[in-house]
Amino acid sequence: MGKRTEDLIIIENKHLSPEFFILELSGKDNLADFRPGQFVQVRVEGSPETFLRRPISIYDVDFVKNTFKLFFQIAGKGTSVLSKLKAGDSLNLIYPLGTSFTVPEKNEKVLLVGGGVGIAPLLFLGKCMNEKGNIPDILLGFRNSERIVEVDQFREAGKVFLTTEDGSVGEKGFVTNHSLLLQTKYDKIFCCGPESMMKSVASYCRKNSIFCEVSLENLMACGFGVCLCCVADTVRGNLCSCIDGPVFNLNDLKW
Amino acid sequence: MVNLGFSIGDLYFKNPVLTASGTFGNGTEFDDFFDVSRLGGILLKGTTLENREGNPYPRMAETPSGMLNSVGLQNKGIDYFESEIYPKVKNYDTNVIVNINGSYIDDYVSLAERINSLENIPAAELNISCPNVKMGGMAFGTNPVSAREVIREVRKVYRKKLIVKLSPNVTSIIEFARIAEDEGADSVSLINTLLGMAIDVSKMKPSLATITGGLSGPAVKPVALRMVWQVANAVKIPVIGMGGIMTATDALEFMLAGASAVQVGTASFIDPQASVKILEGIENFMIQKGITDIGEIVGFINRKSV
Ligand SMILES: Cc1cc2nc3c(=O)[nH]c(=O)nc-3n(C[C@H](O)[C@H](O)[C@H](O)COP(=O)(O)OP(=O)(O)OC[C@H]3O[C@@H](n4cnc5c(N)ncnc54)[C@H](O)[C@@H]3O)c2cc1C
Ligand SMILES: Cc1cc2nc3c(=O)[nH]c(=O)nc-3n(C[C@H](O)[C@H](O)[C@H](O)COP(=O)(O)O)c2cc1C
Ligand code: FES
Repeated sequence: MGKRTEDLIIIENKHLSPEFFILELSGKDNLADFRPGQFVQVRVEGSPETFLRRPISIYDVDFVKNTFKLFFQIAGKGTSVLSKLKAGDSLNLIYPLGTSFTVPEKNEKVLLVGGGVGIAPLLFLGKCMNEKGNIPDILLGFRNSERIVEVDQFREAGKVFLTTEDGSVGEKGFVTNHSLLLQTKYDKIFCCGPESMMKSVASYCRKNSIFCEVSLENLMACGFGVCLCCVADTVRGNLCSCIDGPVFNLNDLKW
Repeated sequence: MVNLGFSIGDLYFKNPVLTASGTFGNGTEFDDFFDVSRLGGILLKGTTLENREGNPYPRMAETPSGMLNSVGLQNKGIDYFESEIYPKVKNYDTNVIVNINGSYIDDYVSLAERINSLENIPAAELNISCPNVKMGGMAFGTNPVSAREVIREVRKVYRKKLIVKLSPNVTSIIEFARIAEDEGADSVSLINTLLGMAIDVSKMKPSLATITGGLSGPAVKPVALRMVWQVANAVKIPVIGMGGIMTATDALEFMLAGASAVQVGTASFIDPQASVKILEGIENFMIQKGITDIGEIVGFINRKSV
């Protein structure tokens, strides 16, 4: 179907915590071309400060009801405007954008690693894996127990392990220190989260020769490959993280 | 029916809505969103002789009603353009225009020669106003002596329609428009981005890796409009106006001030269909006002005693 611009109606804006929330949107056309790891560009109306669109990952898709969800964290002006939207309001989006994760085959041993709001693109990936009969391990890192959200959703897609920086829930410390990584030999690791976290996962994968895809969150102006603002430094030169990414194979990045 | 067409010399444009270089990719990125051939013309991403990687990331900072960029002319060079891009864009039923750039006069000349030989590229936009490159770019467009020289040398080899893109980062843009006209340019386009900067206070460092960058979007519109009005009153060649155009009303302001055509830039990032919506809006305005020829709008405020 290709990329498109649509005004979509909000079915629900669910507040998970003062910081995190989920917008559920009613799809106008068929969403069958949505792939895990892809994102949408959201128009935030009402302020000269939110002039550009905001890129947000596709969190979950219900192909039967033809609806999908976005999982947000309030980071600044744009996301705080979005947090105040109500059911029935409409939101202008460009979608679906970017590359997607390479969905693993049935018998591959897979770990999904997410940190903070970076868990967003991994749920849809996990569900796509489930369709192929693969149940991944899922390692989610949060700063502290108050920031733990959506874990039950992830439990439906795989076996969930938690870490918190302060040790209030799950193992204490960063995801790369988790005992899981010492005990299990994975074929593939998929990762999204703060850059420091992704870089340490990347170095673990390099050391152990594990296939790894990461999802970058570079600043974007257009989101569809025309402004060249969002480039990532890769072995093939500067590539746009909105069309050649946001999902990159670790081997392509100069990390 | 209203007549939306205009001409630069003997080159006809079916309507006055073009896209601004660097904001429209190679046009093909918009195929999913609308039929690009509906536009009067498209200006492709700035091209250089050689492959360029551009400036380091971060290259973009959002500012109130606008954005700063320091992309720095990232492109794959003219060989790649000829073999990979030209075949995809040459059959668009609109004027496909290449934006040419260089570090030295010789680069501009060699590039202009190559573009001149491409049958379906009827015009070139000479960019002497890019603020984001260390060599060339705006250095040519802000010095009257070097501006004259580069336009003169390119004019010698380039036989199709030559549009000179002017920098707003000068004391008198009229002076540069006149130089372009004197040296045989067929048209001038303005404005390129305004040199600006932003600082990330939480990180206590500049938002852009290059510290400074080019400001575009509605924030620059009043400045751009003033410059277009000044230039339109100073030269006889057609003026192409741009800078912050988001809507048909914005475009009409530029045309009333004297622009024969407009380019839509940053607006395409926010709404990929902005350019055709602007075209439709201009047409509707003419129908409502009973104006049959777009030429009646061009420079209207300069003809009445206002
Ligand atoms: C491909 C992609 C997918 C993303 N998916 C999600 C998602 O699913 N959920 C989610 O909550 N966020 C996601 N983000 C990040 C989100 O785009 C930013 O948080 C948002 O644009 C901030 O807008 P704002 O107006 O609220 O904040 P601003 O006021 O614009 O900025 C506030 C802070 O957020 C930072 N910021 C701004 N833009 C980005 C960005 N593109 N990436 C990272 N930090 C940024 C700024 O540096 C600043 O420190 C994604 C980003 C990308 C590029
Ligand atoms: C990301 C970006 C890249 C640009 N690249 C070029 C370029 O390669 N060549 C050029 O002549 N102008 C370039 N420009 C300038 C635009 O063509 C235009 O002159 C300017 O953005 C003002 O118009 P606007 O406010 O409608 O965007 C670029 C602008 C932006 C925002
Ligand atoms: S955000 Fe414009 S090219 Fe990627």
